[in-house]
Amino acid sequence: MGLWGIMQIYLPIAEVSVNAFLLLGLGGLVGILSGMFGVGGGFLMTPLLFFIGIPPAVAVATEANQIVASSFSGVLAHLRRKTVDLRMGTVLLVGGLIGAGFGVIIFNYLKSLGQVDLLVRLCYVAFLGVIGGIMFIESLRAIRKSRRGGGAPTRKRHNWVHKLPFKMRFRTSGLYISVIPPVLVGVSVGVLAAIMGVGGGFIMVPAMIYLLGMPTKVVVGTSLFQIIFVTAFTTLLHATTNFTVDVALAVLLLVGGVIGAQIGTTIGTRMKAEQLRILLAIMVLAVCGKLALDLLLVPSELYTLGDVGGH
Amino acid sequence: MCRLLALLLLLAFPAEAEEVVLGLSQNEVAITANFDGSHILIFGAVKREEPIPKGAPLQVVVTVSGPSKPVMVRRKERRFGIWVNTDSVLVDSAPSFYAVATSAPFDEVLTDVEDLRHRVSIERAIRSVGAAMHIRGAQAFADAVVRIRERAGLYRILENSVAVDQQTLFRTAIDMPANLTEGDYSTRIFLTRDGEVVNIYETTIDVRKVGLERWLFNLSREQPLLYGLMSLAIAIAAGWGASAAFRMLRQG
Repeated sequence: MGLWGIMQIYLPIAEVSVNAFLLLGLGGLVGILSGMFGVGGGFLMTPLLFFIGIPPAVAVATEANQIVASSFSGVLAHLRRKTVDLRMGTVLLVGGLIGAGFGVIIFNYLKSLGQVDLLVRLCYVAFLGVIGGIMFIESLRAIRKSRRGGGAPTRKRHNWVHKLPFKMRFRTSGLYISVIPPVLVGVSVGVLAAIMGVGGGFIMVPAMIYLLGMPTKVVVGTSLFQIIFVTAFTTLLHATTNFTVDVALAVLLLVGGVIGAQIGTTIGTRMKAEQLRILLAIMVLAVCGKLALDLLLVPSELYTLGDVGGH
Repeated sequence: MCRLLALLLLLAFPAEAEEVVLGLSQNEVAITANFDGSHILIFGAVKREEPIPKGAPLQVVVTVSGPSKPVMVRRKERRFGIWVNTDSVLVDSAPSFYAVATSAPFDEVLTDVEDLRHRVSIERAIRSVGAAMHIRGAQAFADAVVRIRERAGLYRILENSVAVDQQTLFRTAIDMPANLTEGDYSTRIFLTRDGEVVNIYETTIDVRKVGLERWLFNLSREQPLLYGLMSLAIAIAAGWGASAAFRMLRQG
């Protein structure tokens, strides 16, 4: 017992008692991944919080708050390294805020139907499966190509994205493209972020690489930049409509998370882009597989309890 | 006026033969930052003006019940290969916490009729009167509430856990878990003979958050926007601070 027993913390909003070391450890682990891959880590943290007994509504809302903090330190690290495309980030952000607003409306509608859990899970399985699969195949191909000594893989310079109007120059990314695709990417990430309770980096990063053709090194910092503002907006929406943001839980997660993110960023800069991508792909596929199994196998408890109305 | 009426009633009817005089180790549970559950001692004596009645010995039943709320119970079924919520039943009222302690096996201390009247057993404490009867087996849904909450340690039946001495003194201890919700926990003590209730005593245990916990909770409900902005500010400050500290640490 000793210190372990003393570190038991009662969370004021979640109304459960949890060990503080457990929360610090979870935050640290997810923080490392956040720094390495430029993903908020919400798609891992949210299910982990369910496992330790945090009510799902509180887990989702608090996770948004925690992502703000862990991404903030990540963004600072990337800004110093000048690997953030601020202009592209702002365009993505405009889309993201619109999307988050729509997402909350959709979320509340599904909640009134009692099917929100299922749809969130189905969203996870579908998106993680498709994106993880594509990334895995792409990275394998890239690694094979560089092993053969073909040098850096050449990107397709012209696709349908380049034929759209409203073109804008993004100097940091070295792109001259229409603003329509980045805004649409932002909107869809915003919608998914609000519905799935995640930052949305795991969707945005591949979209930026494969759809917009941005250089991998800039993608991580820019996605973190957009995630900060969208999750801050989501946090405020949850705090004012559902009262489910637990600041004590968020602080414990982020103390671990901030340190983890710093370590992760350092690891990320020392690894090759292809290696980073294949690692992320494997992780995305693993989470997808676990969620799919939960839907397919006979659950141990067929019944679930929920609140009526309100939140 | 009411008080006067009560006084008149008291004068008009003689006091019951056996009455509870109660003590609690605490009538308040303070939820602090390191709250890890609570252990409440409930003890008391039986006051009587006459000698102990002959026949079956006196038995004691103690119930502690958290605030009741409606619960939506949903059942999953396999549809298109995956498990989906299909049916749902609204259980009108179920306590967030419920413990029953008895001085002997439950069916010996209380008859079914008395249980029905006072809603003592866990199954009876849950009300599903208005349950949608078009769903066959609405009872299965009420059972699920009991099963899930029993597994979470929120509902418990503690038979033979009330000690009764000389048919006069009784005591028991009830453990309350760490995941309590706030509110008035109504506590009832039943004295029974031959399964019939002789006397009931009721009191409440006040479960409240205190200090920082209370302040944060109130702020989140009364000033949600301010609370949200504060949460963000704390998060960003901590993020920036830890980042700066980490950098300084590495540079020496």
